[in-house]
Amino acid sequence: MLTIKDLNVAFRTRRGIVDAVKGISLELGTGETLGIVGESGSGKSVTSYALMRILDAGGTIKAADVTYSGIDLAKATERQMGDIRGREISMIFQNPRAALNPIRKVGHQIEDVLRRHNRATRSDAKAKAIEAMEAVKIRDAASRYEAYPFELSGGMCQRIVIAIALACDPRLLIADEPTTGLDITTQKAVMDLVAELIRDRGMSAIVITHDLGLAAQYCDRIAVMKDGVIVETGPSAEVFGAPKHAYTQRLVDATPRLGATTRSLLPAEARTPEPLHRPSDTPLLEVKSLVKTFAGKSGPVQAVKGISFMVREGETVGLVGESGCGKSTTSSMVVRLMDPTSGQILFAGEDLAKAPAAGFAKDPRRSKIQMVFQDATDSLNPRHTAARAIEEPLRQMTRDGGKARRERVRDLAHLVGLPQHLLDRFPHQLSGGQKARVGIARAIAVDPRFLILDEPTAALDVSIQAVVLNLLVDLRSRLNMSYLFVSHDLNVVRLLCDHVVVMQNGAIVESGPVATVMDAPTNPYTASLIDAAPQPPVRQLAA
Amino acid sequence: MERLKPILTRIAQAIPVVVGVVVISFVLTRALPGDPAVFFAGAAADAASIEQVRSELGLDQPLPVQFLYYVQDLASGDLGNSVSTGQPVATDLARRLPASLELTLAALLLSCSIAVPLGVLAATRPGSWVDHVCRVLVTTGVSMPTFFTGILLIYVFYYLLGWAPSPLGRLDFMYIEPDRVTGFFLIDAALVGDWETWLAALKQLALPAITLALFTMAPIARMTRAAMLAALSSDFIRTARAAGLTRRKILYGYALRNALLPVVTTLGMVFSFTLGANVLVEKVFAWPGIGSYAVEALVASDYAAVQGFVLAMALLFVALNLVIDIAYAAIDPRIGFESQ
Repeated sequence: MLTIKDLNVAFRTRRGIVDAVKGISLELGTGETLGIVGESGSGKSVTSYALMRILDAGGTIKAADVTYSGIDLAKATERQMGDIRGREISMIFQNPRAALNPIRKVGHQIEDVLRRHNRATRSDAKAKAIEAMEAVKIRDAASRYEAYPFELSGGMCQRIVIAIALACDPRLLIADEPTTGLDITTQKAVMDLVAELIRDRGMSAIVITHDLGLAAQYCDRIAVMKDGVIVETGPSAEVFGAPKHAYTQRLVDATPRLGATTRSLLPAEARTPEPLHRPSDTPLLEVKSLVKTFAGKSGPVQAVKGISFMVREGETVGLVGESGCGKSTTSSMVVRLMDPTSGQILFAGEDLAKAPAAGFAKDPRRSKIQMVFQDATDSLNPRHTAARAIEEPLRQMTRDGGKARRERVRDLAHLVGLPQHLLDRFPHQLSGGQKARVGIARAIAVDPRFLILDEPTAALDVSIQAVVLNLLVDLRSRLNMSYLFVSHDLNVVRLLCDHVVVMQNGAIVESGPVATVMDAPTNPYTASLIDAAPQPPVRQLAA
Repeated sequence: MERLKPILTRIAQAIPVVVGVVVISFVLTRALPGDPAVFFAGAAADAASIEQVRSELGLDQPLPVQFLYYVQDLASGDLGNSVSTGQPVATDLARRLPASLELTLAALLLSCSIAVPLGVLAATRPGSWVDHVCRVLVTTGVSMPTFFTGILLIYVFYYLLGWAPSPLGRLDFMYIEPDRVTGFFLIDAALVGDWETWLAALKQLALPAITLALFTMAPIARMTRAAMLAALSSDFIRTARAAGLTRRKILYGYALRNALLPVVTTLGMVFSFTLGANVLVEKVFAWPGIGSYAVEALVASDYAAVQGFVLAMALLFVALNLVIDIAYAAIDPRIGFESQ
């Protein structure tokens, strides 16, 4: 149905021409679902944009022979492509909220496509748009028709994007990271829906993802991409079960999965013995009936409804839940960036909740509780070098002189494995993993006893995530710190945490030792979370 | 109409601003140097008659009492009398404000009708010759001072080519002003169907409007270009392209409407600053506008006129901001929901 031969895509940039895709060849049969997996920068999204001929300005298809049902897509005129897009080949995107026009009613956006491809007339467009919305299982479609994207949830927006893509019954669907930015249960619902629609309509599909679990679960065949070339293709069970190429092996190994240890995520040659991890029984942080109420438009909203949990010295507690469950509010209160409405935050026996958040920066206990933020890029000042970023807390909270501080920054860089020559670079000159290291070095600069890790690896590629997770495990033993690990990735939580706390709608629904909660959840919500998480493929051990 | 509610709220929010404006315009004029009583009494007055004028004007009263009188007069539409023109200030303003507004609005209309398409054109081909030509064009416009552009245009189109009428006010002396309805000559003449006068008024308006338009094109064109570039690179444009929508629909239906918000903001800023700053153009073209009126009043220490001017301008700005906010709400459905 679709044959790609020797596709080359180049981008004109300020630093000359960059080859993003270097001669890839693929085939896709009718009714088949192909997964393209790879880490960021591997050229997997560019491949799909090239297929649709919607590359950004500066991108050109150099050589290619792309045949779709007898039509050469690389040579088709723009007018022909306009007819093909949306009617023959459709696409759904990551970050569904941004993928919709923010100031146009979603129903009208579906109508635009229907009208463009002559599937509807002015008089029946609305009825057909509602029909398309019902096809993607949007309840109460007639009233949702009038909604703007900002009035809908992320999962609902993705359903609208799917409705737009499928409104004109295309025969090929390209899904570009369709679940990124969605909650784990929404992820499953969306992917199940897509799989069902593909099956029912007999469509072919290309699923582009960095999530091996997702690819293994929903794709028939897999192509692994790295640096613009396909390194391995084959049926998914084969590619993931017995990867042949070294890169695929590394990728499969680095994906957190059942039964893995943090060290086993690393390539074999980097697996040093795991440090001893022996949490003590002394409580370090005790949160007691913590409540946070926000003033909402229609009365007060309780974001955190009296939760209690404990973190012992040297222990790592995972805080798990979907967006809006109150885990960020909780971590903001514990790190004293936000004042609780009521409740206690006992840190080494002292109640921190009594010290107002506004003045806590000057509190001597500030240095004992530090935070590593989710987005390593956004949480670094773009005009400060790495060294300056790490030095900043030292300036604020210690009396060290300039020389001592510089010395300390070098030590910290060494500790987190950041090469010394990178210290003078600005955030945009560093890679994602390096920025994550800067963020961690900054947090541990003032010798904290307690770190709050807010999805520290969410934006990282799996191989880098593996390295950062190992770094966190090493630092925990070496500096005898306790962690509160906020995450939505249950496989990572299982790897790193001793205890886990599951939150839903501002309340704790279940907590306990990781193994107990994960293997035998007693709460139905916890069970649904664990069930929804795609199970990454497990590599069969070669004899 | 749930969309109406944020608009009404916004109108209600304007009320305290108006009160503040009244207070400030009062205090500001009291703070001006010079003794108004001396001016009103005239050059030949002695101390006794000055004192008499002072009490007639209520200036011997304490400030709060004076303020009450001022508010009382304001409520009945009385802004006091101008010394230099001898007319009530309200009458002067009613005659001159429309002149300035007509000039500014015509200039902005012209400016937008050129600058917005220019900005869109530049944004669709960034880095191309079209983009560069646009940039050179608008930069030239903003780089030349308005009085210079004005004189240049008069020299070319009136003196050399003879296409334009003599640059003396709003209407050639051969024509009679149309009956006052709005004070905008173009509208008033059109209302009574007097197309000859309409054309004559348009001819008078053309050169000063072009002068101002040239000056205001740059910010509008640049902002349109930037906003369009941002809109065109956003995710929803990619979705629209992937759905096969036509280039026209993507450009105007999707990108431009999203790009309009910053353009409208810029437009508001340009409008207010043009209205205040077009005194040079008014002087060059002998345009009987509010800018030249205010400057003359200031030079003559004509405090009632200055006070009236400050008040009128401030109210105009409040109204303008209101219009911009309402335009915002009309363009973007998100506005009005985000605020608590």
